[in-house]
Formats: sequence, structure tokens, C-alpha cells
Amino acid sequence: MKCTVCRGPAVIDLRRHNANFCPDHLMKFCRDQVVKAIHDHAMIEPGQRVLVAVSGGKDSLALWDILLELGYDTDGMTIGLGIGDYSDESTAISVEFAERRGLKLHRVDLRGDYDYDVPTAAKVTRRVPCSACGLSKRHLFDKVALEGGYDVVATGHNLDDEAAVLLGNVLHWQTEYMGRQAPVLPATDGFPRKVKPLVRLGERETAAYCVVRGIDYMVEECPMAEGNRHLRYKEALNGIEAASPGSKHDFYFGFLARAAEHFQPEVDEARATLVRCESCGAPTPDSPCAFCRLVERVAGHEPVPVELVRKPRSKARKR
Amino acid sequence: MKVLLRNPRRELEIAGPISVVKLLDRLDLHRDAVLVIRGDTLVPGDALLDDADEIEIRPVISGGAA
Repeated sequence: MKCTVCRGPAVIDLRRHNANFCPDHLMKFCRDQVVKAIHDHAMIEPGQRVLVAVSGGKDSLALWDILLELGYDTDGMTIGLGIGDYSDESTAISVEFAERRGLKLHRVDLRGDYDYDVPTAAKVTRRVPCSACGLSKRHLFDKVALEGGYDVVATGHNLDDEAAVLLGNVLHWQTEYMGRQAPVLPATDGFPRKVKPLVRLGERETAAYCVVRGIDYMVEECPMAEGNRHLRYKEALNGIEAASPGSKHDFYFGFLARAAEHFQPEVDEARATLVRCESCGAPTPDSPCAFCRLVERVAGHEPVPVELVRKPRSKARKR
Repeated sequence: MKVLLRNPRRELEIAGPISVVKLLDRLDLHRDAVLVIRGDTLVPGDALLDDADEIEIRPVISGGAA
């Protein structure tokens, strides 16, 4: 198999692009897709300071690497979620990435700074771990971005993530969430601007970028996420993509072009009713905000081991 | 050949020669959901894998719903 661009030996075939790439042209392809996403959606202006949300996984590290290559002024931020060895290793990888390149990495630790962790929050609230995890990340990335004077928060959400979230939102007609599924969320009073420069790249492409670029990333899956609905949606979409390459791209970008605006009024309506959290000052539908309520409820509880929260491994299936 | 799989981590012994596409079919894996790495190099779908190769099949699907 030869590289579509230079006819040298290819290392990957991307069926949805009907293209094969050698390492150099795979990296160029990924950078070009990020440049196009940033340009098409006016994500980042020259000179703006960018806070990259870093998990230690392939997407966030590929994103940080590409933004650096493109010359953006970036710092990183990582959150210690307290999910046992998984979190320790993820943080170590993020720290190593930043130190090797002499980059600034903000670090927040849920247990150290707020006296809880994700497994404990899941056990105490009796909700899925991803709920407390997502809530904590959103709140803390916003907080650090605003306090640090960053113009933009960049997250590593890729095309597979966005297509899977859209599928879930459509299946359950979560219309307000559908209105928020844009690659750019503008800054509003109390919220920083948020952008998703990887929306044109699939996760196989970001993983391949890391491999050919020599970026060490956390390969193991989060033990809390195993078997969650988001992963099931991704598997379903991969089944469709196998039969019809390009379907994920058409699904997500078709939604942005033809449907997303219809759900915007609902988002604007919800935003207009926000008040300030009496505890932390963040915008919220009800005060205190969900993050402060979570901390109030779970802080100080004895840490719950990951094994007591994770689901039993599901039966093998095609994925 | 030795084939390393992840999530959960396990190792299989598979007879070569076999193409990447056929190996993934045999293991019931979607091509879009994995990378195939020989040594430390990515290999495309038509690559022929030999008995002496050490192969990692690395899943790329990740993430919580956040």
C-alpha cells in the first residue's frame, strides 16, 4: 500500500478519505484538518492564550502537540480524578509531556484540593462515575481558564466523540444539549470560550498521529467508563461506518450545517435564566451550583476503591 | 506470531502469514476501532504479518460521556 501523496510506503489507510498515508503525510493530514477546523469555525485568533484540557490520552496530547506546531500560545491543565492507578498514570504521562517540552501545566487534584475523588462521588451520589467526572472537569477547566486570563479553552473532543454524543442526544431528543453541540461555545458572562479543534479527525487518526509522532499516551481505557452508553454509541457508529465510510462525518457536519441552529433558541433561553452561585460565583440554573453541591455532599467521605464502583466486564463483542 | 490485545490486556499466538485485514476479521474487530502496530511501526490493512512478528492491536475507542 502506497501513500496517496508521495507514493512512499503507507502506514495507515483511511477509508473515509479514500486515502493512505506515510508517517509524514499522516502528520500533515492531521495538522491540516486542525487548521481547517480552526479556520472554518473561527476558533482561535492570533495572539490569544489557549488553555488545553489535558487528560494524558491520545486526543488531548495530539491536540496540544499540533497547537504547539502551529505556533499557538498554549498552557495545559490536568485534573487528578482519583481513579486509582489509571489517574496516577494519566497524570504522570501529562506531566512528562509538559516537562519534556518545557511547557506550563496547571494541576488540580480532586482529593488534594477538594477532598473527594470520582469513585467516591459515584458511590455517594449513586450516579454513574462519568457524571461526577464531567461535572468536575467542566467546572474546574472554566475556573482555571477565567482565573488565569486565558482567552480560549481547547478540548480534545474528536469526530467520534461528537458523533457519539449527537447520536445519544438524538436518540433521547435532548434538544438543549443538541443546541450546545457546536465546535465553538462562545464566551459568556462567567464561561470561557471553548473550542474543539479535533472535530475533523477521527480517534483512529489522533491515535495514529501519536504513534508516528512518538507521543507516549495513556492507552488503557478508564475503568469507570467501561461499558457506558457513550462507548456503545461509538461501537454502533463504527458498525455503520464500516458499511458506509464517511457516515460519521456526514452525520455530525450535516447536523451542524442543517439542524443545529434550530436548537439554539432553547440554549439562549436557558442561558438567560442563569444566576450566580452563592458559593463560588459560577453561572448556574440554581444556586448553589452543581459542583458546589457535589463537593458539599461528597467531600470528606472515606475514599471508595475503584473496584467497588466499576461495572463487571461485559461480554466480548465486535468493537 | 505474538499478538498483544488491550482492554483487557492479553496475548494470543496466531499462525502467519496473514494480512492485517484478515487478522482483524478473525478476531472480530472493526478496522476503524484499532491500530495495528508491528514492533513500533504502524502497519496498513494489506500488510502481511509473519510468524516472527510481534503485533500489538491497540484500541482507539476511548472516553466517558463528559
